[in-house]
Amino acid sequence: MSRAKAILTNLWPRFAALAGVVLVWWLVHATGFFDRTILPSPAKVWSALTDNFFGEGGIGRAAQKSLFRLGVGLAIAIVIGTSIGISMAASEKIRRSVGSLMTGLQALPSISWLPLAILWVGYTERAILFVVLIAAIPAVALATSGSISLVPPLLVRAGRTLGARRWRLYRDVVIPAAVPGYVAGLQQSWAFAWRALMAGELIATGARGLGHLQDMARENFNAPVVMAVMVMILLIGMTVDILLGLVDRRIRARRGLLVERAS
Amino acid sequence: MNAVPAPTLVTVDDPKSGTKLSARGVGKTFRGARGGEVRALWDVTLDVAPGEFVCLIGPSGCGKSTLLNIFAGLESPTEGEVMLDGRPIPGPGPDRAVLFQEPALFPWLSVSGNVELALKLIGVPKDERRDRTMHWLRKVHLAQFASSQPHELSGGMRQRAALARALACQPDVLLADEPFAALDAQTREILQAELQEVWSETRNTFVFVTHNVREAVFLADRVVLMSAPPGTLLAEHHIDVPRPREFEDVLLSKVVVDIHEHLLREVEKVVARESDPDQPLA
Repeated sequence: MSRAKAILTNLWPRFAALAGVVLVWWLVHATGFFDRTILPSPAKVWSALTDNFFGEGGIGRAAQKSLFRLGVGLAIAIVIGTSIGISMAASEKIRRSVGSLMTGLQALPSISWLPLAILWVGYTERAILFVVLIAAIPAVALATSGSISLVPPLLVRAGRTLGARRWRLYRDVVIPAAVPGYVAGLQQSWAFAWRALMAGELIATGARGLGHLQDMARENFNAPVVMAVMVMILLIGMTVDILLGLVDRRIRARRGLLVERAS
Repeated sequence: MNAVPAPTLVTVDDPKSGTKLSARGVGKTFRGARGGEVRALWDVTLDVAPGEFVCLIGPSGCGKSTLLNIFAGLESPTEGEVMLDGRPIPGPGPDRAVLFQEPALFPWLSVSGNVELALKLIGVPKDERRDRTMHWLRKVHLAQFASSQPHELSGGMRQRAALARALACQPDVLLADEPFAALDAQTREILQAELQEVWSETRNTFVFVTHNVREAVFLADRVVLMSAPPGTLLAEHHIDVPRPREFEDVLLSKVVVDIHEHLLREVEKVVARESDPDQPLA
């Protein structure tokens, strides 16, 4: 199978699902049951997206700003969360103390930290970053320790009999063995970060990201733009998910972990 | 169940000369999930001479794998002690390579990558690793699969790669836990013959666990028979047939029959006990 065809096979079900949603949306719109100013048609939302995409204050610029924030937040969260996760896996004490803290933090919606963050550092970039980190760090830490705990014991035993101990056992056996689970965990962690960022931008206005744009459009009673931004958020989400999925498949294929589904 | 006190006659500083690996009064009791105790091994005393090939054989559950894991340092005995060159074994180490029932290759590394990692872990300089890796892969007829990933190989080839990884470290002792048990009969015989060939050159001290009498007799200098659980050593058979051996050798077949009968009686004990748990042990 050629590469292009493989990608196409991977993508078409997603587009089919999306087309289904648009169809239902269009049908509901066409019945006229809802006021058309608050439920615009798909076409109108699409033109709101394309008309307001470019230029200062456009959706494109806002998306760029949000994605930059996501990148920074996720990078920091990966460094801190992975370190916490590895130490959780390495030490029973850390797992019990810090580990339970991470689980607790995950149960607390990260956006509920925002009022406190605003009190501390004001309506700033840092307040939003804080919320993204508080969402993503526990997710990355738990994904890391979870993926390590699922490493086959046989491989660890093999590594030990080959003379790998402590840090070398981690570096040469445990961590590489945990990579597939870790990448799967990151696929969830990035979504946590993305949701926290959108919520943060919606409230901490002045941040000039997608969330801010959405809030402004709501104030101007501009439903097409509100929905156009939602479409943009969704498209970004699907794109990142597809990209991470490709990384995941590559890693698993290399290790012979991809099951050919009978169909 | 009362714990047998560890024998006190053992002195660490006076190893029996000509002993590479030894177990002195080794016992192992596992604590069960519900607080009960399961005794896997008791009072095992075994000396393995340098360069000797010993096969441990016994009914399933007789603790032969447990004994091997204790030699490997992956488990510690609850009674007695195990020694390498007269020194107590503190834990696993590259001086005792282990072949597991599964090949236990690292799936993120190629075949040669697996061997090279083992060499890296024992401190072989980078520029020597490649040559040494290829040397051992040639020995097990895997040179042309050096860059393959483990999952691309057949079961027999994977176990060969594991053998190359174990041999490359040039360990004092090789420990094998039924490494060919999961293979089909033909592959199994091919690997047994290959192992005999490679081992005839390297002459590592070898402890090989199996439940296959033919395999044990074909490979070993000495076959040690273990009892029904809790396992201890029952009998030994020295196999004085010169190498290279042939599977069809009449002398070997005769030993196989003898050991088989002995083993069968042990298996019957296990079966009898399972159908009547009140029957006294041994």
